[in-house]
Amino acid sequence: MTGQTSSDSRLEAVAMPLTAVIAAVTLFGLFCAWVGASPLGVFASIYKAGFGSWYSWQNSLLRAAPLMLCALATALPARAGIITVGNEGAFVVGGLAAAAAGLATASGPVWLCLLTMMLAGGIAGGAWIAFAAGLQQYRGVNAVISSLLLNYIGIALLLQFVEGPMHDPGSLNFPATYPIPETHQLGRIPGSRIHYGLVFGVIACLLTWFLLERTVWGMKVKTVGGNARAAKLVGLPLGQIVLTASFLGGACAGLAGMVEVAAIHGRASQAISAGYGYVGILVAFLARQSPLRILVVSVILGAVLASGGILQRDHELPDATITVFEGIAFLAILASEALAGRFSFLRVRLRAAEREVANAER
Amino acid sequence: MQSADSLGLFGVVTALAGGAIRGSIPYMYVSLGECLTEKSGRINLGMEGILLMGAMTAFAVSDRSGSPWLGMLAAALVSGLLGLLHGGLTELPGVNDIAAGIAMIIFGSGLAFFFGKQFVAPMAPQLPVLDLGGGIANTAMHAALRISPLFFLGIAAAFLLHYAFERTRWGLHLRAVGDAPEAARSMGIPVGRHRVIATTIGGALAGIGGSHLTLYFPGIWSEGISGGQGLMAVALVIFARWSPRRCLAASLLFGGVQALGPSLQSAGITGFYHVFNASPYLLTLVVMILSCSRSRALAGIPGALARRG
Repeated sequence: MTGQTSSDSRLEAVAMPLTAVIAAVTLFGLFCAWVGASPLGVFASIYKAGFGSWYSWQNSLLRAAPLMLCALATALPARAGIITVGNEGAFVVGGLAAAAAGLATASGPVWLCLLTMMLAGGIAGGAWIAFAAGLQQYRGVNAVISSLLLNYIGIALLLQFVEGPMHDPGSLNFPATYPIPETHQLGRIPGSRIHYGLVFGVIACLLTWFLLERTVWGMKVKTVGGNARAAKLVGLPLGQIVLTASFLGGACAGLAGMVEVAAIHGRASQAISAGYGYVGILVAFLARQSPLRILVVSVILGAVLASGGILQRDHELPDATITVFEGIAFLAILASEALAGRFSFLRVRLRAAEREVANAER
Repeated sequence: MQSADSLGLFGVVTALAGGAIRGSIPYMYVSLGECLTEKSGRINLGMEGILLMGAMTAFAVSDRSGSPWLGMLAAALVSGLLGLLHGGLTELPGVNDIAAGIAMIIFGSGLAFFFGKQFVAPMAPQLPVLDLGGGIANTAMHAALRISPLFFLGIAAAFLLHYAFERTRWGLHLRAVGDAPEAARSMGIPVGRHRVIATTIGGALAGIGGSHLTLYFPGIWSEGISGGQGLMAVALVIFARWSPRRCLAASLLFGGVQALGPSLQSAGITGFYHVFNASPYLLTLVVMILSCSRSRALAGIPGALARRG
């Protein structure tokens, strides 16, 4: 009986997302056809822009790095039972804190400067998400609403700081902080244009998987997320577990902000708020909050993001086309939840097919 | 000198009052729509996307047809369809309405930005304005009394909703669905149908709020036009404790706070421009922290929402 259930759930783990992807691609294709673009041409362009050559692979991976880190900011608290979508805010305050830390330690050794930037970014982002999660845990404030509000507040903070206390008078047309010396910026993986942020992203996902699946702490997190009342009955410290999971998730988004500052812009400005946080929410839901799947989904959505320019040039589609696709994919993956427990007919047919094959072989 | 000072203060206050009335309108419609939705036991967090889509549709239709009222109706229709999508999707087994709301924010804003691309520059035909201060010489006061008819329609809608909830059979059934779905079902009330209808009408109301964003002065469409108002309006419903009439008062408050930043800026106080502009978000957060509680259910909350914990 248990064996049957697990084979059912394994079948579902493949069949549900697959159905959702097919539905999303079909609906998006219909949308493209409706607005007068060739669906096959659009898909070919996305593939070419994302995976067509080593150059485009690098483009996709560059975008996948912040997506992995931002997705964890939704996925980790979600495993403890709290949905937060403050990824963009955590990303932005992480970047701002990292810039401040980097400027303060720029006269010291490179490793110390980068380490303080990572710590500052991580702590700022972690505190940001933990605050929203804590409000839900202790005050019953819906964390989705509070964390979305915190996104707006985080961006306002960033603007206030880069135009006020941290303003570099040299950045006239585009307010920004003073730059971090190039020697102290985050480098690139040898032989590529890809910065070490990708390494951070991969390590963070693997580490999160290890924590969730192979440690007692992970077991506790999943117990709290699965059934808070039962977790309380067995005496687990609910608040502490929820806050730690949320802090670690937020720290990942803050780290992504640090990478954006330390590897790409070299300073904090409005430009660091490029929307990776929002796409990270989608990555987390498409990956159904699993850290290993986040690795894969981030690369795919990184490729989709990388195709924005080509869609504009070759198909005269505005860059919001990508957002429409994201919305359709999100709705499709949610709708596929309704298929849970409905694939047993497939199993029966598979069995029948296996039996036929076996009979034929005999 | 003294009279000039008091006139200056008077000017700021009238500007704030005018701003509160103007700014309250999107909050009013979205919060009424959300109030209706939540009375049925569902939360639609996607109002931000629906509001944006309403704003864009109203602008586009008004621009192409030349009729702002047609634009408003089109906004209500399109946003109603998005509400229907949310309502229908969450009717499916296992689909979480919170997650569906996040998806609707992305989907609605994506559609609005996609189709709105071609409408960024010009100004569409505007909704008419009721000039209630025709005889008043004071320009600030006169400006504050040029009020959109949508303001009065919104007040009417709030009282209509209140009446519907309290005095009609449909409203009674809707509240039963939201308070005790199992009991309602056993009484033979079609729970799903009530929820889908409430979410659809809720979306349509948000769309009318969106039309105010683009069909009232300065009357342009831009991607940042809603700036989280759809989201704050959802939070406002909690503050208003699920009462349509209290939604009105809360909307005026939020509209006034939103006018604070620009008012202070025009008075020459520019030091913390971005912080003042963020004050509606901060206020919403503070209001939510104060009005929520872990230990007791909120007064007025529909039972189906309270039991989710």
